Amino acid sequence: MDPYILMRNITKVYPNGIAAIKGVDFSVEKGEIHGLIGENGAGKTTLMKILFGMERPTAGTISVAGQTVKMTSPHTAIKMKLGMVQQHFMLVPTFTVAENLVLGMEPKQGITFLLQRAIELTEDLSRQYGLPVPPRAITSDLSVGLQQRVEILKILLRKAECLIFDEPTSVLTPLETKELFCAMQRLATEGKVIIFITHKLREVKEIADRITILRNGKRVAVCKAADVSEQDITRMMVGEAKIPAPVKRTTVSGPSVLSVRGLTCQRKDGHIAVCNLSFDVAAGEILAIAGIMGNGQTELVEALTGLYPCLTGTITVNGEDVSTASPRRIRLCGLSHIPADRMGRGIAAPGSITDNLIIDRYFKAEFSRHSIFGLRKKQIRQHGEILRQRFNIKAPTAMMPVQLLSGGNMQRVVIAREFTAAANLMIADQPTQGIDIASTLDVRQRLLDDRNAGKAILLISADLSEILQLADRIVVLYNGEITAHFSTPAEITTEELGYYMLGAAQQAGPEIEQAA
Amino acid sequence: MYRVNLFQLLQIVSAILIALIIGLIIIFVVSEEPFRAAYYLLFGPLTRIHRSIEWIHMTIPIIFTGLAVSLVFQAKQFNIGAEGQFLVGAAGATFVALHFPPIGGLHILIIALAAMAGGTLWGAVPGLLKARFAANELVSSLMMNFIGFFLALYLVNHYFRDVQAGFMVSYRFPLTAWLPDLTIRPRLHSGIILAVIAVGLIWYFLYRTKWGYEIRMVGMNLKFAEFGGINVQRVVFYVQALSGGVAGLAGAVELMGVHHRFLWTSMPGLGFDGIIVAILARNHPLGLLFAALFIGYLRTAARLMERRTDVAAEVTIIMQAVVILLVTAEAFLQHWQRRRKEREALLDG
Amino acid sequence: MADILQAVLNVGFAFAIIRITTPIAFAALGAIITDLAGTINIALEGIMLQAAFWGVFVSAITQNVWLGLAAGVLSGLSLAAILGYLNLHLKADLIIAGIALNILAAGSTVFFLYVLAGDRGVSVSLRSLVLPSIVLPVIAEIPAIGAIISGHHILTYVAILAVFVLHYLLYKTPFGLRLRAVGEHPVAAQSVGISTVKIKFIALLLSGLLASLGGLFISMGYVSWFSRDMIAGRGFIGLIAAAVAGRSAWRTLGGALIFGTAEALTFVLPIWGIASELTNMFPYVITLIALTIWGRKRIRSGKRQIDNTSGDRKF
Repeated sequence: MDPYILMRNITKVYPNGIAAIKGVDFSVEKGEIHGLIGENGAGKTTLMKILFGMERPTAGTISVAGQTVKMTSPHTAIKMKLGMVQQHFMLVPTFTVAENLVLGMEPKQGITFLLQRAIELTEDLSRQYGLPVPPRAITSDLSVGLQQRVEILKILLRKAECLIFDEPTSVLTPLETKELFCAMQRLATEGKVIIFITHKLREVKEIADRITILRNGKRVAVCKAADVSEQDITRMMVGEAKIPAPVKRTTVSGPSVLSVRGLTCQRKDGHIAVCNLSFDVAAGEILAIAGIMGNGQTELVEALTGLYPCLTGTITVNGEDVSTASPRRIRLCGLSHIPADRMGRGIAAPGSITDNLIIDRYFKAEFSRHSIFGLRKKQIRQHGEILRQRFNIKAPTAMMPVQLLSGGNMQRVVIAREFTAAANLMIADQPTQGIDIASTLDVRQRLLDDRNAGKAILLISADLSEILQLADRIVVLYNGEITAHFSTPAEITTEELGYYMLGAAQQAGPEIEQAA
Repeated sequence: MYRVNLFQLLQIVSAILIALIIGLIIIFVVSEEPFRAAYYLLFGPLTRIHRSIEWIHMTIPIIFTGLAVSLVFQAKQFNIGAEGQFLVGAAGATFVALHFPPIGGLHILIIALAAMAGGTLWGAVPGLLKARFAANELVSSLMMNFIGFFLALYLVNHYFRDVQAGFMVSYRFPLTAWLPDLTIRPRLHSGIILAVIAVGLIWYFLYRTKWGYEIRMVGMNLKFAEFGGINVQRVVFYVQALSGGVAGLAGAVELMGVHHRFLWTSMPGLGFDGIIVAILARNHPLGLLFAALFIGYLRTAARLMERRTDVAAEVTIIMQAVVILLVTAEAFLQHWQRRRKEREALLDG
Repeated sequence: MADILQAVLNVGFAFAIIRITTPIAFAALGAIITDLAGTINIALEGIMLQAAFWGVFVSAITQNVWLGLAAGVLSGLSLAAILGYLNLHLKADLIIAGIALNILAAGSTVFFLYVLAGDRGVSVSLRSLVLPSIVLPVIAEIPAIGAIISGHHILTYVAILAVFVLHYLLYKTPFGLRLRAVGEHPVAAQSVGISTVKIKFIALLLSGLLASLGGLFISMGYVSWFSRDMIAGRGFIGLIAAAVAGRSAWRTLGGALIFGTAEALTFVLPIWGIASELTNMFPYVITLIALTIWGRKRIRSGKRQIDNTSGDRKF
């Protein structure tokens, strides 16, 4: 018998030339729970977006229930009885559960919306699948777990046979996770097809029948979950990476430059994103923060750089308490910052390279006459021209608008600015993400040079090989907490680090306290 | 090096052409003497020296209000309050013109400062409300227009009114409060020099000073400005206040140069002309000079047409609205733009 | 003090509040629809002005009030449709396009006033008609109350009716459900096959319809002529009233009443010897204060950053 869902030889190349998926085959049987697992950027979300019609594949075919289909939009997918539970729920917060459920297919009489009928529909469906929800409750009042349940019911109401869950447990409590798994198993026994995207090993072992593992846009393996151990999966996910030899430190680290004590931050929606972190970064060392993205890195960096207030805890830079200081003040204390969100934070796209290079220093005596607020045009132009050449920014002149540069050259503008800032502490947040190999090597070398020159560097990276190559010490951030600290990175393997990052292991308190 | 964007130019030129055609169609529909009216609309300001001078006089306040609006637009904020700032500035100017001892030279300076102070105050309110309370500046500046208008009327009616004039106008300014003339007959006052200087100063301010840099960065990417350590709230406040000052100055120049007494009993619409000019010039001070000349030309031509024919001047307001609508419509002429972008992408290879 | 109380605490003043609130309520109801649909109609002001003019003009020519009403509504709707087309199809900036349409309405009404009535200020030479007032049977007999709520202009009652209809439309029909979904979570709405463009366009048209009625009330009821810029910011005040009141038709009516009362007071305050120019400022000052309080509320709810794109739907 043919599998219910069959994707053959799927390839996706984005317009910018990056190949997200290369010739992947993927199949799921009826009544199966299928785990799709891989690191960030391995291509699992892209693959599912293609299946659900949100992206068009560059090549490859899709068939559902033996029938070849062109997935042009989510509507086609819904018609083919596919449904997707997104990480961000597609629910209107102020609507009642019943209203959300029937939106777009409302029961009505004349022009009147029949709320009562919608509520009955909700109750019936709830009962049928054993997923109780309060139909009259306002959606935003519900727990995340219940909201997810509404999302599942919404899909079932639209007669879905195949349900795709995108990282469904990342927002759930352990109890809610257990309930979700029960529901998934029940749906599978009723003959539904379940696809479960995750990077959590334990969960995939617990619930999935079969697993497809992706790495770097390629399928590495398909296997029965029972046949493989967590170690095996980790190895396949991370790969026998050709990790460059760690660069030995030639200097001894000096006094602490950045000191964080008991830092707790809230996300914008009120959830705790970072909980009670304490660590130090000393002069002449690179401290790397390893972790899957979305485990509190963004909030940590924003708090350290003064862009978002921290809830409790203290941040000290070069001996000065900057817990409540403005971004300008913190920079003046000696911080430079390569932001992860390059387009959003790192540059002003319509502005010239020159203008982008002075955002942190235009007011200093070097560039500005204090008397009439006049800027020193000649110095600024020279500064731009010198940095353009020194950092090899490919543009005819430094007066060119940044938006006309390629992604790698945009990052060079950021790098040029931040590496030449008058600072002895650098926060490098995903400094090599999405740039070409030559630029990547260049950035890494600069980080090492700066460290050797005595700077303190906090490196946040999703790239394990980068961390293992550069870091003098490593902390692992998982769910907003430090779960491990390694003071001798040379002795650990990617695999070992992987366990901690994926939440499969955790160090004891005393070891973690060494981070500070 | 500024890259001249040919597409933007094409868009503006075609928008103007379409507006012109619409204007002419309207004229031909409503007028008994359409050719005469069209003649005045197209060439009026060029037909006599004094008409050309009227054109320049008309352009002067539009340059100022255009500068005021474009300053705020540079920071990606809104300001439709130039109208009120202009009037409050004019009222301030009137107060000082009538009550300050008439000392030659100094008088003009003090009047200008008073007008700027009034305008600054009027601009500062929306700026403060936005920076401090996140109150939308679009609506607050509009409300300030009405408040400013009634305030100016109140002051003129109760404190400066020339009862003998027969209209509601202020007393005539003493001669020390008149801007010197450049030519005698027909008279061209020196406001145009002030306007050109103002363009230069604002250009310098925006592109050569710390404050201008901050304004431009906030406008280009607010999150980037914040990241770089710029106090965004402060910028939002001072850009509005400053803009108010410029618009207020326009009031003083208009009174000292042309009317020599406060005479408005309805809003003169110069604030809205400022918006149009700023949009046309894409907020660049130098482009603004040309845009203001264009709108000033339209306005003068319209007045002339109204005096000489049966077509009301407001036809040009319709045309101006059409120009903005077309210039702001991103997808207008998108076809060409896409083709051009594709070519560019190919060249970039 | 006694005389001002006497002026305020009487039947005539209460009647005046209802009368003055009518156009603001229309504008505010128009604003609430677009707000709920996640868009904003800055051109309410211009639509009111446009409708006010064409209503007067067509009623004068045809000597038929109802044709005047229809013409006013049509002219307002067409302006709203232009806004929708520009924003939703040509991707024009919603705010700038709205401002431009306001300018267009201001210019074109004066222009056509001159063409058609030979005057650039007022339409006195046109023999335009006014829509009728209605004496409510039974209620008119009740002392005090009858004098307050009976005998109003027909559009005043339409405004009240519109509150009921709108409340029903927004909260009791599938269309309302979809409209609110589009406003609150457009991606969710799209994910179940709802066209956000279509919903927003309809919302803009409905706001245009209501604003037109508000404009018609002013020129064919409140007064019996058209004069340039006669809307005097009521469209914008309606926007604020809706923003202050929040997401319900009934509360919007309440918001409009606050501003209506403020405006009504401008007719009473001169009793204290306050100059009319100063009392004329009153509604705008109130609006500014309301806007500020409202903005403050929003800042407290955790929105620390300044909105860069003030074109976004919220004030």
